Amino acid sequence: MTESGTTQAIVQEIIATLKDKPGALLPILHGVQDALSYIPAESVPAIATALNLSRAEVHGVISFYHYFRDTPPGKQTIHLCRAESCQAMGGKQLEEHVKTRLGIDFHETTADGKFSLEPVYCLGNCACSPAMQIGKDIYGRVSEDSFDNLLNDMEKLA
Amino acid sequence: MSITIYVPCDSSAVSLGADRVATAITNEAAKRGITIELIRNGSRGMYWLEPLVEVATANGRISYGPVQPADVSALFDADFTQGGTHPLYLGLTEEIAYFKKQQRLTFARIGITDPVSLTDYINNDGYRGLKNALNLTQEQIVQAVTDSGLRGRGGAAFPTGIKWKTVLNTASLQKYIICNADEGDSGTFSDRMVMEGDPFVLIEGMTIAGLAVDATQGYIYLRVEYPHAFEILNTAIASAYQAGYLGSNIQGSGKDFDLEVRLGAGAYVCGEETSLMESLEGKRGLVRFKPPLPAISGLFGQPTVVNNVISLASVPIILDKGGDYYRDFGMGRSRGTLPLQLAGNIKYPGLVESAFGLTLRELLYDFGGGSASGRPIRAVQVGGPLGAYLPEAQFDTPLDYEAFAANWTVLGHGGIVVFDDTVDMAEMARYSMEFCKIESCGKCTPCRIGSTRGVEVMDEIINGRNLDKNIPLLRDLCDTLLNGSLCALGGMTPYPVLSAINHFPEDFGIDAKATAA
Repeated sequence: MTESGTTQAIVQEIIATLKDKPGALLPILHGVQDALSYIPAESVPAIATALNLSRAEVHGVISFYHYFRDTPPGKQTIHLCRAESCQAMGGKQLEEHVKTRLGIDFHETTADGKFSLEPVYCLGNCACSPAMQIGKDIYGRVSEDSFDNLLNDMEKLA
Repeated sequence: MSITIYVPCDSSAVSLGADRVATAITNEAAKRGITIELIRNGSRGMYWLEPLVEVATANGRISYGPVQPADVSALFDADFTQGGTHPLYLGLTEEIAYFKKQQRLTFARIGITDPVSLTDYINNDGYRGLKNALNLTQEQIVQAVTDSGLRGRGGAAFPTGIKWKTVLNTASLQKYIICNADEGDSGTFSDRMVMEGDPFVLIEGMTIAGLAVDATQGYIYLRVEYPHAFEILNTAIASAYQAGYLGSNIQGSGKDFDLEVRLGAGAYVCGEETSLMESLEGKRGLVRFKPPLPAISGLFGQPTVVNNVISLASVPIILDKGGDYYRDFGMGRSRGTLPLQLAGNIKYPGLVESAFGLTLRELLYDFGGGSASGRPIRAVQVGGPLGAYLPEAQFDTPLDYEAFAANWTVLGHGGIVVFDDTVDMAEMARYSMEFCKIESCGKCTPCRIGSTRGVEVMDEIINGRNLDKNIPLLRDLCDTLLNGSLCALGGMTPYPVLSAINHFPEDFGIDAKATAA
């Protein structure tokens, strides 16, 4: 099967499982992003048809929510908290360091495709600021050094 | 005697290494041939001590912290499984002053029980509220909640009983209970702690709400930034279904209540109840006009109770011990307890549940121990990103909804973010405008355009350009946001901005006299 054929098959399966839930669009979009790590433009028509929506409506929902993305992320997505509590504990300096170390800005992916960097507004880890999330793992009291160590460990694994 | 060791599964504890500590303890015990039972409890909320490891002894639970995997071998050498002394030894957990001084009602079990064990929940007073509720009429349940004086803990502080009564009195074939678990305010984590540390109390609270107003379907709208809570809630919900506490014919009562967790997708505005319902319906999270109130026409156009996690999690103890019991805590019109969250630049960050009436200063210094950096505390933001900044002069304000409102400040969801004297308040004001710009749903012009203009004006001010024109312009813009926005996002962004300029004018390049507008 072609790559696009596989994508369509995965999307159709997710749609079939979830489409009868009341308010099914967000669960379906989560399902697609969980499976494919993003929501490809080519999945939009199928979702729209299944829910009796226009493609514009589905696109509008995808683009409204910060979490949904229509381009593939790097192997790991780093969500760095920008909110007040983290700022009070040196979050801004950490943000500069992370951007310099990765050589990218927010919403970008490193050239080797290993890391994407996204801002997040609070991880609920405010008692351990500054905080970040890599994949599903949350890290607290992150320093420039501890971030470098984490990154080195992940690069070794990658 | 068997050995029981507790290592929290709370995501903040995990962010500091709790999982690795748990693995290290399991491995070290196996290596030494010691049989232990390791329980992953919620957090006690003393985050400077996390990962906090506890051991059950005949005298009570003894704690050690903060423990790192490298400490584990030495802890075994010190015979910590029998409460032995070690540099990380903290004594009886419940005697630690920070914990002992609290009044834990909503958080009574958190940090003590295994969050996903229904048996543990029931053995620790769980489901007593529901049991009582099943013997009451709907009016009596609503009356108990009204009598308790409980007000919405999400921030708006609307009386919960009145909201329930409106839904009860609105006839419909289908009604809904929504738990707003989109806890997006910086400096807040009490909802997360409840969902990760005692999910059954939320499930029980929602079930009681369903009984009270005749709603048979509940949704927990959870933010996607809380993946641990998502897992724990789903595990707990599955157990509750299995044991007949959810689904049809709950505990043989003939009453039905179904519950499902739905994930948000990173939009702060979806914490606003009408935007949340749009999102649950599968749409862009655009704020709705009110009226109609959600209690009359909410989710899918049906009568809907929308309550915060802490509000719903406070319901079981009210139905267990009575509205009067809960109401006897607190001051003025702020009844019961509020779980406060100390965050940012604070030496002892964590969760402090206490009756209303404590002063901010007591919280910052008696509990919090001053700043983490050791420098003077200069500003404190209470109530999340839409809350005002308080200067030292306001630290004696009691934590009470009305006392805060009288100062043009808000208590909100009880989040407290502390800044030391290195903070630049003009930068914080700019950030508030920027946050509003990023998170605005775009429906109303004051918020959508005003926040962008606000960032531009703040940039001018920070660069010291035309202050005599730009400061009045900023105030004028804030006035438009405050009075012209559709919801609290645009309507309250002026709180942090104006409080910053009013209390810290020197950071804006102006002297105090010039600000008396």
